[in-house]
Amino acid sequence: MEKEAKVKVHNLTKIFGTHKSEALKLLQQGVSKADILKRTGATVGVNRANFSVQAGEIFVIMGLSGSGKSTLVRMLNRLINPTRGEVFIEGADVMKLNKKQLRQVRQQKISMVFQNFALFPNMTVLQNAGYGLEVQGIDLQTRNQKAHEALELVHLHGYDDQYPDQLSGGMQQRVGLARALANDSQILLMDEAFSALDPLNRRDMQDQLLEIQEKMHKTIIFISHDLNEALRIGDRILIMHDGTIDQIGDPETILTNPANDYVERFIEDVDRTKALTVKSVMTKASTINIKTSGPRVALRQMRINDISSIYVVDDEHRFVGFVDSDDVAALIHKKSKDLRSVMKTDVPITGPDVLINDLMDKISKTPIPYAVLDDQHHLLGIILRGSVLAAIAGEEVGQ
Amino acid sequence: MISAVQIPKIPLADWINALVDWLSQFSGFFNSITNFFQGIINAFQWVFDILPVGVLIIIVLAITYWQKRHTKKWGLLTFELLGLLLIWNLGFWHDMTETLTLVLTSTLIALVVGVPLGIWMAKKTLVQTIVNPILDFMQTMPAFVYLIPAVAFFGIGMVPGVLASVIFATPPTVRMTNLGIRQVPADLVEAADAYGASAWQKLIKVELPLARSTIMAGINQSLMLALSMVVIASMIGALGLGTQVYFAVGRNDAGAGFAAGLAVVILAIILDRITQALTQDRHQH
Repeated sequence: MEKEAKVKVHNLTKIFGTHKSEALKLLQQGVSKADILKRTGATVGVNRANFSVQAGEIFVIMGLSGSGKSTLVRMLNRLINPTRGEVFIEGADVMKLNKKQLRQVRQQKISMVFQNFALFPNMTVLQNAGYGLEVQGIDLQTRNQKAHEALELVHLHGYDDQYPDQLSGGMQQRVGLARALANDSQILLMDEAFSALDPLNRRDMQDQLLEIQEKMHKTIIFISHDLNEALRIGDRILIMHDGTIDQIGDPETILTNPANDYVERFIEDVDRTKALTVKSVMTKASTINIKTSGPRVALRQMRINDISSIYVVDDEHRFVGFVDSDDVAALIHKKSKDLRSVMKTDVPITGPDVLINDLMDKISKTPIPYAVLDDQHHLLGIILRGSVLAAIAGEEVGQ
Repeated sequence: MISAVQIPKIPLADWINALVDWLSQFSGFFNSITNFFQGIINAFQWVFDILPVGVLIIIVLAITYWQKRHTKKWGLLTFELLGLLLIWNLGFWHDMTETLTLVLTSTLIALVVGVPLGIWMAKKTLVQTIVNPILDFMQTMPAFVYLIPAVAFFGIGMVPGVLASVIFATPPTVRMTNLGIRQVPADLVEAADAYGASAWQKLIKVELPLARSTIMAGINQSLMLALSMVVIASMIGALGLGTQVYFAVGRNDAGAGFAAGLAVVILAIILDRITQALTQDRHQH
């Protein structure tokens, strides 16, 4: 996929305070943020960030307060000017723009949603939603129509003429979102957009964002300090602390393969069931080939592996069924070789990309492990209750 | 032993006099300023002269009624009606309109100069650093002192009175405009920036509307300070209620002085209430 990145950032660095060039030099020598502060008095906001965001992606930038995530996102539209480094929006270097060109980029390419909504208290809901268009000098009628459509899109009907302070927090942020959507810009920067909302409202807004994203395919850069939120909505997640990026990856990679101790500690108390898929918790199944093996082989396999049942597959490792050690023993006792006569086929099955969260209930109720099958019914593995628990607890799942 | 006599006195007064003398050569410049201000004064006075007493009273009552259409108002309306009738009855009506002209002209100039200066101060901290001590100076220097150069440059009459009032009355408007713009929440300014607003768009659509009530409070203060200058201004020939007070002082006539002073108080309260209503936020629920 050789698509040009929608947003690309190269060695982006922000240093606050004086002695910037000295601090930059120390940074390049690998001196830590705390030492640079001690030696020069300069604060490193963001340290040589590199990443790119593809069109249509929800890219979450994660970090605790003071990690530099807000600074990082504000450098993308130069609300904060970087000390060093480059930002490319659709291939164009934002650092090289003059004031007027920069305003144009902000008007047409990037819209922003703020943590505390930042709605103008002197304007009505409709005027707020149309603010970006007003700045562009679009006529009142078109502006109102587009603002109205954007408000419909976020399910805010009938509040056009109210003022922001007459609305609840959740509704206010819908207006904030509508203001960003009315602009028709392809890139949305969302700075802790849902952090000020109560948990129920936050979930609602996340759902709504995902619903809107399905329709509009924006490129969304979402700042959050809530890992559950990041795992829920993010296609990819960037984790940073102390101005430095720790890891960039999809939610699954972050959870199953943390890049360093910091990320590992970070993901310690996350609700893993919401991000882990069957694929990452399944274990290899002991199988026998129905064509080549009879009851004795089956029993032997079970004894070697110390298990009480075994999965039956065909030549191409396609799932056929499941036999129990007691049944197989009885079969041998009867001197029968027909494994199929005792084989059970009513085994619970699932796909590899199903979320563990969706299976939790059923896994706890069924005595037989789930069989994980792909589209062609190949047996990929099975889900043991023990390995699910281990995965939720954050342990490595043995293959 | 060193005594104070041995240290030469810094000839500050001589320097100021030299400066005033030097400035006197630009009399053409000062004449055109005088003419300009006299024009504004004449316009105001002309309006007040052609308006019959009853009509002006009705206008004042109507403004108050409209401003307070959602709140209690009858007490204030009664006060305004009785107060203005009392001024008319005491024979101070024309003096009152002259004072009104002086105050409104001074406030208008304070506004035209003060609001842009306040905005500039809010935008540039360097300007704030320079202007703030000048404002302190303007407000704390005894107002009488301004009368001397005012007469030297602008002669006797309404114009020097207006200028002395302007110097004294402008600082609150400047300060409150600066404060109001600086107090606009940073996230709203950032939002305007993030959507690509120009400096002008930001000022007109976001900063000034949000600073509005603070700026109005500053203008209200300026108006009150201008009114406090009327007696002082009368000493250099500015006409109005101040002149009546000044004469009464000269004649040692406590009764006449009190009557004219009461007219000033009534005018002050009416002007204060009307401009205070402007500081309320426009939309209230």
